Amino acid sequence: MDAFLHQFLSGLATGGIYATFGLALVMIFQATHYINFAQGEQAMFSAYVALILIQAGLPYWAAFATALVFAFVSGVALERLVVRPFIGAPVLSVVVVFLGMLFIINSLAGWLFTYGVQAFPSPFPPGLGNRFLSGHEIGTILVTLATLAAVYLFFRHTRLGLAMRAAAENPEASRLVGIRVGWTLALGWGLAGAIGAVAAIMAAPIIYIEPNMMAGILLYGFAAALLGGINNPWGAVAGGFIVGVIENLAGAYVIGTELKLSVALVIIVVVLVARPAGLFGTSIVGRV
Amino acid sequence: MSALLELTAVVAGYGTSQVIHGIDMSVAEGGIAALLGANGAGKTTILRAICNIRVRVSGVIVFGGLRIHGWATEEIVRLGIGHVPEGRGTFAHLTVEENLLLGAYTRRERAAVADDMRRLLDHFPRLRERLAQQAGTLSGGEQQMLAIARALMLQPRLLLLDEPSFGLAPLVVQEIFRILRQINESEGVAMLLVEQNANLALDLASDVYLMETGRIVLSGAPALVRDNAAVRRAYLGY
Repeated sequence: MDAFLHQFLSGLATGGIYATFGLALVMIFQATHYINFAQGEQAMFSAYVALILIQAGLPYWAAFATALVFAFVSGVALERLVVRPFIGAPVLSVVVVFLGMLFIINSLAGWLFTYGVQAFPSPFPPGLGNRFLSGHEIGTILVTLATLAAVYLFFRHTRLGLAMRAAAENPEASRLVGIRVGWTLALGWGLAGAIGAVAAIMAAPIIYIEPNMMAGILLYGFAAALLGGINNPWGAVAGGFIVGVIENLAGAYVIGTELKLSVALVIIVVVLVARPAGLFGTSIVGRV
Repeated sequence: MSALLELTAVVAGYGTSQVIHGIDMSVAEGGIAALLGANGAGKTTILRAICNIRVRVSGVIVFGGLRIHGWATEEIVRLGIGHVPEGRGTFAHLTVEENLLLGAYTRRERAAVADDMRRLLDHFPRLRERLAQQAGTLSGGEQQMLAIARALMLQPRLLLLDEPSFGLAPLVVQEIFRILRQINESEGVAMLLVEQNANLALDLASDVYLMETGRIVLSGAPALVRDNAAVRRAYLGY
């Protein structure tokens, strides 16, 4: 029973990472109706920024905050400079742009930071842990919950958050109340970048840092978003926790750790076949 | 009265097809101009041209002394033009209250915004009952009221109304027009009203423009149209 509880709770910790990352994916999807395939690489790059600052002697949380600012600013810049010119372009063009960004950022990281696997420090003392969870896992859950709460408060209770929700729902009506829709979109990319960076920095002490570190998390985050409903941010969060727990339990009791990643793919296929709108999503009906 | 909005030789269309073939019109400060005409005459296109909403426009559009032609929609709106689009364009998934707050998005003074919200809810008591409800769950008439109230939250100098009576029960329409008149009289908000319901519009308006296939064929005081049986039959069908 203890072993089961351990697997379950530790699944919640990794689930928090998927939830955070899934939320970043859904935010961009809601505003643009595309999945940003480069989201993981943006997050990975920001984690490297944090690592370099820590190695340079900055205190952990100062490096963490600086990396989030970097993630935000680079997210805004990517939208304004790279994605913006492709608004209204055919779907495939946009997908190719996103894939291009993925490969460019990945190679840039490999070139600047090498492809070697490096350890990444955790700010949480091992003493924080208990019988079931390590100190880092507990810290990850706390950071995840804090991030989700901050995002919730921003979208529910600030003027800018309201404007961003409006712009995602109805850009034309938003312009008619004076919202600068282009900027809210760029801001959404910035926020998603920062949220993704939180996921990468929390994941790095567990999976180590290297340019391809986010491949698995991108897949799980995508599975989380699909499971929860790709157009429902809180569904994606719930999906993240569910996927984390399923992954851990399946890895421990069913298929073993080698095949863990295929769990994400199975979830994606099952959701798309059985319930394309996800658990909490609504299907979009289009007129043909 | 001086002109708040003035269109001179405005040509507009979508893609390669031209819909408006050069029109001149104006809305006086505090006045109500009605734009009448059959389906497809180009009334909606004129409103869209004023706010530069996905329309190709040339000519001169002056609002409050500024040439706004070519400006981005949101910048035109920020000058004080409230646009109530056809099909209402409310935010269906947001609450009534959030919709109203969005209307005041460009304004900074919180106290004044709260005051305006209270005042508008006095005009539209039905919306007060539904503040926490998603806008998409409102009835057609309530959504129309919400769209108008939201545009007024902007504290506009000019309100563009695209068929506020469309698809609504006669009693609801009467109520909406009564409120529009009240707001015009008490707050001096100028209006440009596009309507199919000519009787209603003629009662409310101080100036009338009659359109036919992208041109203005008659303009003047409402009496000019109302008293001219030939004009009524030819263009308004009654």
